[in-house]
Amino acid sequence: MDIIEVTHLHKTYGTTTAVDDVSFTVGAGEIFGILGPNGAGKTTTVECLTGLRTPDRGELRVLGLDPRRDRGELRQRVGVQLQESRLPDRQTVAEAMELYRSFYRRPADGEQLLEMLGLADKRHTQYRKLSGGQKQRLAIALALVGSPAVAVLDELTTGLDPQARRDTWDLVEHVRDSGVTIVLVTHFMDEAERLCDRIALVDSGRVVALDTPAGLVAQVGTQQRVHFRPSAPVADALLTDLPEVADVQHHGPRVVVTGTGDLLQAVTSALARHHVVAHDLRVEQTSLDDAFVTLTGRRSA
Amino acid sequence: MTALHRLTVAETRLFLRDPVSVIFGVLFPTALLLGLGAIPALREPADEFGGVSFVEAWAPAALALGLGIIALQQIPVAMATYRERGVLRRMSTTPVHPGAMLASQLLVALGAAVVAGLLVVLSAWAVLGVPLPQQPLLFAAVFVVGFGALLAVGTLIAAVAATLRLATGLATLAYVVAMFAGGVFLPQFLLPDALVRLSAYVPPGVPTLLDTWSGAPAAAGGLPVMLQVAIMAVLAVAVGGAAAKLFRWE
Repeated sequence: MDIIEVTHLHKTYGTTTAVDDVSFTVGAGEIFGILGPNGAGKTTTVECLTGLRTPDRGELRVLGLDPRRDRGELRQRVGVQLQESRLPDRQTVAEAMELYRSFYRRPADGEQLLEMLGLADKRHTQYRKLSGGQKQRLAIALALVGSPAVAVLDELTTGLDPQARRDTWDLVEHVRDSGVTIVLVTHFMDEAERLCDRIALVDSGRVVALDTPAGLVAQVGTQQRVHFRPSAPVADALLTDLPEVADVQHHGPRVVVTGTGDLLQAVTSALARHHVVAHDLRVEQTSLDDAFVTLTGRRSA
Repeated sequence: MTALHRLTVAETRLFLRDPVSVIFGVLFPTALLLGLGAIPALREPADEFGGVSFVEAWAPAALALGLGIIALQQIPVAMATYRERGVLRRMSTTPVHPGAMLASQLLVALGAAVVAGLLVVLSAWAVLGVPLPQQPLLFAAVFVVGFGALLAVGTLIAAVAATLRLATGLATLAYVVAMFAGGVFLPQFLLPDALVRLSAYVPPGVPTLLDTWSGAPAAAGGLPVMLQVAIMAVLAVAVGGAAAKLFRWE
C-alpha cells in the first residue's frame, strides 16, 4: 500500500525552479531516500509533503490526506525533523518532550522514547549543553512524539561524528521496525546505501533515477577495479589480453585494472603464472557514489 | 488551551532561567529607584520638585525603564532568536500554530511587567514613603495599556527585522528613542514643555502613570487622563495590528 504519492510536483521561487516535475510513491514500512546534491530540491519536496509549503502544481497524497487542505490532520500523523531548527537554549530534554507531547492527540510515552534514543540520563540537561548527536536524537524523539505513521527526517546526520552517525542509523532502522514509514532526505551516499530500501536520486529539481541502492549501482554497470603494486614490472598486454579486463592504468608504482566478471581471479592467476606477486591488493566495486556521479554528472559531497 | 497553557509554563521557566531578563526586566527599576532614594535630599518634598519628593515624581519613569527593557529589548530579541534558530519553524510542523508560542511569550512579558510594577510601587511605598497609587484601577489600566503599546512596538520590530542582528539594533534604537521622548531620564517638571507634551504620546505614557499614581498637577502635559489612555490604546491596536500582518514565521 502506498502511504505517500507525489505526482508531477512543481515549485518555483521567483525565477528559480526548485522542484521541476517530481513524482514518486512511498510504500508502508519503507525507508525511502531522497538523495541529491545541495540545492537539488530535496528539502522543498519534503516541505511540500508536510504542508510547510504550497506547491505550484502537482498532486500530493500523504496517508490519504491532501497536505494543503488537511494540514491539521496531517500534522497529527506525520512527524518531522527539520534541518537547522533548534530548541530554546535553556529548555531541558524532559521539558521539550512534555511540551511537544501536549500538542498531539495520541502522544507517545515520553520516557520510553527517551530510553529508546539513549537520552534518559540527559532528561534534566538543558538543550545548549547537549552534544550534536544528542540534539539530533532529541530532534528524532520529537519527530516521533506524536506516534506518527510517517516520519520525515531531513539531513539527519550532517555535522555528526562517525560514531554518532552509526548510532543514529541504527536508531532509524529501529524506528522503522516499530512500524513507522520513513522519508529520509540526505546528500550522503553511505547513509542512503546503508538505510534506504529505495532511493529517488534528485538533481536540479528532477528525479534522475528511482531504484533500490543496488538497482542504482546496476544501472551504471557492474564494473570493478583491482588495485595492486606488482613485485616486478608487468607488461600491459599480459593483462589486457584477458577477456575480463577493459582497461589498465599506472599510477606510479600502482596498477589499476578495470573490468567485469571474475576480474580479481583472472588478474591474480595471470600474475601468478608470471611469478609476479600483487602487493596491497584491493578490489573496488562500483559504489552508489559512482552511480551518483554517472547519473548526475556531479561529484558528491 | 492545554498547549497554550503548557507553552506559557515553558516560556515562564525559560524567562526565569535567564538571569539577565530577570535582573534587567524585573528588578532593575526597583533597584534604580531605591538607589536614588538612598540620597536623603531626594526623599524630601521640595517646591522645586512640584511639592513632592524627587523619588515620587520620578518613580513612574523608573517603572517605564523596566517596562521598556521587557517590551523593547527582550521581546524583539527573543522572537527574532526563535525565528532565526528555527524554533518557530519546528513548531509549525506540529499541530500547534507557532503563534501560540508568541502569544505565550507576550503573556510571560505581561506577567514580568506586572511583577516589576508591583515591586516598584510597593518598595517605593514601604521604603521611600511614596504613597500608593491614588487611583489604583485607573493606574492599573494605564499601566496595562501603556505596556501593551510598548509590546506592540517590540513585536513590530520582531516582525520586520529579517535577522537577529537587525532586530537587536532596532530594539536598542527604539528603546533609547522611547525612553528619551517618553521623558524618563528626568522628572517631568524638569523637562522642556515640548517634551512633556510629546511624552504623553510615547508609550508607556509616563505622565499618565504619574497622574494616576500621585496626582501631581504639573505632570499631565495638559491632556485629560482618559484621552492619554485612549492614545496608548490606539497605538497598541494599530502597531500591534501592523506587527501581526507583517510577521514572518521564517
